[in-house]
Amino acid sequence: MTQQVVNGVFLGSIYALFALGYTLVFGVLDMLNLAHQAVFMLCAFVALSLVAGLHLHILLAFPVAVVVAGLLGLLIERIAFRPLRRRANSNISGLISSLALATLFESIALGVWGPEVSRFPFGTIPSRQLRIGGAVVQELQLVIICVSILMMVALTVLLRKTPLGRQIRAVAESGLSARVLGVHVDRVVAASFFISSALGGAAGVLFGLAFNSISPDVGRSVELKGLAVIIVGGMGSMPGAVAAGFALGLLEVFTVARFGSSYRDAVSFAALFLVLIARPRGIFGKAQGRVA
Amino acid sequence: MAGGEPRPTETGSTPVDHRYDASLSVNLQDLRDFFLTYQSVIGFAGINGLLALSVYATLSCGQLSLANAGFMAIGAYASALLTVHASLPFAVVLLAGTVAPALLAVPLGLPVLRLRGVFLAIATIGFGEVVRLGFVNWEYTNGALGLVGIPQRAGLGSILAALAVTLFLFLRLRGTRTGCALEAIREDEAAARTMGIDSTAHKLAMLTLGAAVAGLAGALEAHFTFMVSPGGYTFGRAVDMLVFAVVGGTAHPLGPLVGAAFLTALPEILRAAGSSIGIPPGPLRLFLNGAILLAVILFLPEGIASLWRRYGRRRVREGHAA
Repeated sequence: MTQQVVNGVFLGSIYALFALGYTLVFGVLDMLNLAHQAVFMLCAFVALSLVAGLHLHILLAFPVAVVVAGLLGLLIERIAFRPLRRRANSNISGLISSLALATLFESIALGVWGPEVSRFPFGTIPSRQLRIGGAVVQELQLVIICVSILMMVALTVLLRKTPLGRQIRAVAESGLSARVLGVHVDRVVAASFFISSALGGAAGVLFGLAFNSISPDVGRSVELKGLAVIIVGGMGSMPGAVAAGFALGLLEVFTVARFGSSYRDAVSFAALFLVLIARPRGIFGKAQGRVA
Repeated sequence: MAGGEPRPTETGSTPVDHRYDASLSVNLQDLRDFFLTYQSVIGFAGINGLLALSVYATLSCGQLSLANAGFMAIGAYASALLTVHASLPFAVVLLAGTVAPALLAVPLGLPVLRLRGVFLAIATIGFGEVVRLGFVNWEYTNGALGLVGIPQRAGLGSILAALAVTLFLFLRLRGTRTGCALEAIREDEAAARTMGIDSTAHKLAMLTLGAAVAGLAGALEAHFTFMVSPGGYTFGRAVDMLVFAVVGGTAHPLGPLVGAAFLTALPEILRAAGSSIGIPPGPLRLFLNGAILLAVILFLPEGIASLWRRYGRRRVREGHAA
């Protein structure tokens, strides 16, 4: 039982980190960035190349890859979202343009790294194990959980205590009002994308380390889980994304333990449907009135 | 080029010099050769046209539904199972493939159509995935391996006939009271409701229609390619359908057809043009798909078909697409 909890928390921490990036952009722009999963996947590959090709230690490769992911986020914002902001009906356009970029990124990954599964070279990942309360915990799992939680805390501090964080929250509340008050909205949106993609990329590297199998379509399956997480947690709500991420991770692990692995994805979608039908705004989301 | 010697006529009488219309008979021959060579591309273009129209059905009332891959899967499997296990006539099998997903669209639509925009899209994505996972785990249909060896009962004739009927249906819908109601819902649902339009009923009808068309396309494809497998009905497939519709243009039913035909033919065009770049065809095609979609949504948001409207004989003001 403790074993399942540990596994669930471990999986959940990655989901939560991924979902945080998703929900940050949605909160700020009211748009879903479907290229997020491509950044997730690309960042894992970048880390892999840094470690395998340039022989960087993973502790150095991780921040470098995360920064690269952030830069990708800036690119996504500039290409797929900024030109559409001036349009009146940007609800579907943003989805489609980010989807197009995701396809582009996936094709680049296919071209550079090929469709087969790639793995980190042997020795990258520490393989010690500990025993905590009857459960076997990999050192790697602990590291990943700690890194995830650290990044979530850093994000919270950024949003609550720094001027940039205040500006982000202001733009999320109302872009127009923020602009009137002198906030440089374009820059704030770009910064949000940087942070969001950095988080997504970090989740990707951690995912790659955790399961040691990276392929160009690894983003797709996580993307749908990520959607489930932010819907269940509430679109635009950070605590919601974190809580739902951990919850879904635990739910998935327990479902697999009880019913077998063929239902592992189904449980996320079941939760998704349930929430959409019963309480569309999610557990922590705010009820959204119609924006005139 | 000239066809050569004048051919003797059937009755065996004096041969008439056919050289003046030799070019005509060569063209027919070329046309027939072209069809034979590119039969499968034309067939797939037709199927993709149907799929694009199925997405158009919901887009035309302002809803983005990505469930059509799931509906297509249901139609494909239903018809394939009937053919393999029950040996029913082709028309019956096609009808089953069309009706089965339509029946499922109603219980899906009722709770889900309340959701706005992006939430609806996500719910439909979830539905599509649930359907796919269901088939992956269903032993009766061989799970992830799917069914093979389905006799090829669908040819260009049936595909193009189905496409023509569906297109006719959508064209007839424009200008009718229902068609105008759908446009009103697309423009502003709340305003449409205040005018007495039952937006939920209309949206549900279009979702069902889209499901039926997608199911029909799935049934045709199953009998065109001898096989069905869950891998053909992924989220990526649903996205492809959306791309066909958006790239072609969603203001007119011909738009999705244009998009589907163009994007289906594109790999063949590229192959004929010769690919001298050192990237294997797989990633390149995906890259071009993404690039074209991005270019269209950024610079030509109303799709390729809008080019005709812009530079065509008449300049007609129409509502915006996507």
